[in-house]
Amino acid sequence: MIEFRAVTKRFDDGTVAVDHLDLSVAAGTITVFVGPSGCGKTTSLRMVNRMVEPTSGTVLVDGVDVRGVDPATLRRGIGYVIQQAGLFPHRTVLDNVATVPLLSGWTRRKARARAAELLELVGLPRELGSRYPVQLSGGQQQRVGVARALAADPPVLLMDEPFSAVDPVVREGLQDELLRLQAELDKTIVFVTHDIDEAVKIGERVAVFRQGGRLVQYAEPDELLSRPADEFVSSFVGRDRGYRRLSFVEGTGIEPREVPTAREEAVAGERVAPDAWTLVLDGEDRPRGWLPPRSTGDSAPPAERVLPGGSLYTRGTPLRGALDAALSSPSGLGVVVEEDGRYAGAVTAEEVLAALREHRVGPEEHTGGTR
Amino acid sequence: MLDDLSRYLGSESNRELVLTQLVQHVPLALLPLVVGVVLAIPLGWLAQRHPLVRTALLGSANVVYTVPSLAFFVVIPGIIGTQILDPVNVVAALSIYTAALLVRPVVDALDAVPAHVVAAATAMGYRPLRRFLAVELPLAVPVLVAGVRVASVSNISLASVGALLGVGGLGALFTSGFQTSYLPPILVGIVLTLVLALVMDLVLVGLRWLLTPWARAGGTR
Ligand SMILES: Nc1ncnc2c1ncn2[C@@H]1O[C@H](COP(=O)(O)OP(=O)(O)O)[C@@H](O)[C@H]1O
Ligand SMILES: [Mg+2]
Repeated sequence: MIEFRAVTKRFDDGTVAVDHLDLSVAAGTITVFVGPSGCGKTTSLRMVNRMVEPTSGTVLVDGVDVRGVDPATLRRGIGYVIQQAGLFPHRTVLDNVATVPLLSGWTRRKARARAAELLELVGLPRELGSRYPVQLSGGQQQRVGVARALAADPPVLLMDEPFSAVDPVVREGLQDELLRLQAELDKTIVFVTHDIDEAVKIGERVAVFRQGGRLVQYAEPDELLSRPADEFVSSFVGRDRGYRRLSFVEGTGIEPREVPTAREEAVAGERVAPDAWTLVLDGEDRPRGWLPPRSTGDSAPPAERVLPGGSLYTRGTPLRGALDAALSSPSGLGVVVEEDGRYAGAVTAEEVLAALREHRVGPEEHTGGTR
Repeated sequence: MLDDLSRYLGSESNRELVLTQLVQHVPLALLPLVVGVVLAIPLGWLAQRHPLVRTALLGSANVVYTVPSLAFFVVIPGIIGTQILDPVNVVAALSIYTAALLVRPVVDALDAVPAHVVAAATAMGYRPLRRFLAVELPLAVPVLVAGVRVASVSNISLASVGALLGVGGLGALFTSGFQTSYLPPILVGIVLTLVLALVMDLVLVGLRWLLTPWARAGGTR
């Protein structure tokens, strides 16, 4: 069981990322934290494994205050999966999965045997074990990320937007797989997403956050949909119904706008100090992340301040992807790419919704539940 | 001209002299390379973690590199208490140059390790030192080796200056050639310096090849 007791996190720059969070996650269940980008989901998650320390309040895992546990030891007992999988590029898939067992002192042989079992468990052929992460597809990398998190059989699993960067079809598959795994493994899972659709599909209980790090509703999915606690929740949940229509509307009506961009090398070379959100591009014009506007008190070099981008929207595909891109982006600007993955521009959620109104397809639909 | 050269190399004692100088040159150039790398890695690590250290260290590294090598060779005995003609002076000076040259590549290479990979390593339960050795440093190898290659060439040529202090090495062939206005030893010295630089470069490329099998794995995405 995981318990947040009056937990507040205020960063050095004054940002309150989490505001008096009281919440408990039952053992053996999947609990989803959902809310728009910047509402404190990642920060809340990272306070469980002490990658972020609360300013005040207490986090307990199985009744034990995490502050009393050595961070490295604590983390070896808590699986962690992140959006870009975060696999080690210099290690084979098998050695990536064997990481935590090796850190915990297993022999190499035993750790690798265990890793091979896990590849099978997450539905990957054993042959992939000898490849390097770059040789895998995005969906396969995420599976490896899940296998790595499960390798030492931790009772608790933290998942931070694990499926947000893969395309919607693969995402559905990964979600189904996770539910299948959970039926077998019975872990205590905290799953973070900005996608209410994903939240109600995956979650046994869903916690809705809003900007400023406030928990607005914590309930089972059905209750969330039928009795939203306030206007924010109902618009967040309700928006999803509009979402479904977006799936059918071709994104021809939106004109991506130009945004400030910078080359990855320029950022690494510290030559960038933007006044506005700046999109970082690699040598082939593919988006790599967002550099926040310069603010006073920033001491970290630009390369360390680059935030992972949200999902990407490919020009011409259904508008749902564009809205998803805008909502998942730390800058609020969804990144539009050409079919070959090169940067094309950016759109705001408002622009996507405006395009939707123009392309109105028939009368207002009344979809029922979201499951 | 070629006659001169073949006559010079025809003499047993000259060949022996050249070989001796070559054998003396190698440690003069390579020991500093090793010491410099060993110094630059922890310095780069500190600089990468602390913004103030970064500014101070990268700034002073630039300054160090502009100090003329000869001045260094002369000043160092005063600092570390060696004799003015001790080869250790050359090794110490070149080590400092190498470290100064390599701090920036180390910092750049560490900066280039994706933040989510470092975060993942932390989340897996790596402690900082082990994480650095097992994750950040191996990923920094390609950039680091590029820096070491530059330093290697630079050291092999700078070590010649040691001859002015009488510590031997291929530079001694230049000084003796100049003093007697006799070209062959100078030519032999230049060619051997180039060959030595080339061989070291190949060794370093080979080392990178061994250390980075992952960088050769082509993506299929
Ligand atoms: N290290 C940090 N320093 C300062 N502000 C931060 C830091 N990390 C996150 N924040 C801020 O805290 C808020 C919550 O961030 P986060 O937990 O990452 O949100 P989410 O995961 O919901 O998108 C945001 O406003 C973000 O900019
Ligand atoms: Mg987040």
